[in-house]
Amino acid sequence: MYHCVPVAGGGRNITENPGKNNVSLDKDQVRHIATLARLKLTDEEYDESVDKLSRIVDFVDQLSRADTAGVVPMAHPLEATQRLRADTVTETDERDRFQENAPSTENGLYLVPKVIE
Amino acid sequence: MALHEMTLSELAAGLDAGDFSSVELTQALLDRIEAGDGKLNAMITVTADQALATAQQADADRAAGKGGALAGLPVIHKDIFCTRGVRTSCGSKMLDNFVSPYDATIVERIAGAGAVMLGKSNMDEFAMGSSNETSYYGPVRNPWDLERSPGGSSGGSAASVAARFTPAATATDTGGSIRQPAALTNTVGLKPTYGRVSRYGMIAFASSLDQAGTITRTAEDAARLLSVMAGFDARDSTSIDEPVPDYVAELGKAIKGLRVGIVRQHFDAGLDPACRTRVEEAIAVLESLGATTTEVDLPNIDLSVPTYYVVAPAECSSNLSRFDGVRFGYRAEDPEDLFDLYRIMTGTYVLSAGYYDAYYLKAQQVRQLIADDFRKAFADVDVIAGPTSPTPAFRLGDKVDDPITMYLNDIYTIGANLAGLPGISVPCGFVEDLPVGLHLVGPHFGESVLLRCAHQYQQQTDWHRASPEAFS
Repeated sequence: MYHCVPVAGGGRNITENPGKNNVSLDKDQVRHIATLARLKLTDEEYDESVDKLSRIVDFVDQLSRADTAGVVPMAHPLEATQRLRADTVTETDERDRFQENAPSTENGLYLVPKVIE
Repeated sequence: MALHEMTLSELAAGLDAGDFSSVELTQALLDRIEAGDGKLNAMITVTADQALATAQQADADRAAGKGGALAGLPVIHKDIFCTRGVRTSCGSKMLDNFVSPYDATIVERIAGAGAVMLGKSNMDEFAMGSSNETSYYGPVRNPWDLERSPGGSSGGSAASVAARFTPAATATDTGGSIRQPAALTNTVGLKPTYGRVSRYGMIAFASSLDQAGTITRTAEDAARLLSVMAGFDARDSTSIDEPVPDYVAELGKAIKGLRVGIVRQHFDAGLDPACRTRVEEAIAVLESLGATTTEVDLPNIDLSVPTYYVVAPAECSSNLSRFDGVRFGYRAEDPEDLFDLYRIMTGTYVLSAGYYDAYYLKAQQVRQLIADDFRKAFADVDVIAGPTSPTPAFRLGDKVDDPITMYLNDIYTIGANLAGLPGISVPCGFVEDLPVGLHLVGPHFGESVLLRCAHQYQQQTDWHRASPEAFS
């Protein structure tokens, strides 16, 4: 179902529209992405999204031309490692204050819209 | 000199000498905001009562011989930093009613030093933008030309410093969001090393790139503010435990012998020729102070924008999933236009099954190559100098519909974020009455050399003293 169309033309110069005529995503793919992102789009927005997202994907596809064989992907810009802390309680219970920002609560519980029929 | 034209350093001296009180200063600036922000839209929230109460306390402390490094001095916080008891919107309808239960670490530190918060500044929604046009609260206008953008995402902070609403503001930079608006508004924008300043209480956009910094009119003021903000914070898991130097004390050292690197690709056809001239003149000033210039090669720097536009959207689509309207946030019956749709969708796409390796992993590999290029370059030079932005301020509405053109605005600044390096933009002249910025990048924890270089440059030039006619 998914495919990735390489950008036409060589060179590494960034141009404003590297993939102008290269529609690399179709409406079904955009619909799938919108579902994953929990975005609800109108028909017009879908059409616009197909065009704009395709151009963005074509643009970032320039990366495929870089030779990254054997390069370790960056995990942290300063090569720092994750710090661990002692497993002790450091926070006080401020549930009431936190829940002041919630759209809907009851008896200290968060209320959500019905999601399973 | 009028109070609003004065820098933090000058105001501190004036307060010490008893020339004016913090209450007088605070009231004068609140009056300027009230009179001028109708035109600019730089502020989302003005905290006048709280500011005057803090100023009163600062004056009382001063009379009693007490007070911190910023006692009684004004500051505006970008509305991305959580402020206890004051709305923190992040420029979004989603958080329009969000009142933070706690202070961000930098808000706490700046308040602890005695500063007076005047309010919270406008910004691109969730800091995603380079023009300030994506804010739920409307675009910020550039004080130098009200039809133009002040840049983004920290456009409100930059515009408020440029319009003399405040001598200093906090800001954040993920791909250029401090430095680009600083360049477009004739202010000094400092993005510190990744991990130098705590991100606790700073609403996340792209966590591996985000860093808090300052917008001021002088490098000296940036040094003052950074000295208060910087340092280890156990509440930020990526905070680096590294001693904080006395940034102000090091400003006076001469830059004779400083090795300045020039990246050839940053002076190519993408750069407005008039901006190029201003930047070359600024580099000549550094040479006149005894700095030497040499060309440095960053062979992968051309890939920094596409790398960024995989990494940043991927991280933002993950970060923004927390705004689910359950614990906080706006719960829409029929959601519409809440986010920068394309970033969310791009991020979702590059992380989705079957695409992760081709895009996200690949981008993190290229990111490593770009960081290696910088590492090699900094073996031979102390700073890298070039333009901050390819053009002066553009007209509002000019680029908003075209994501790629908008992305290319950050072409000179993104590399520093990808490699976690500090960068600063300093006013270096005008093109047709619009400001131009000189961009300096340093090695990790090289804030001191950047501030010193910028300060020494500002001792030779007075571009930063120019104020926009409508706000002088």
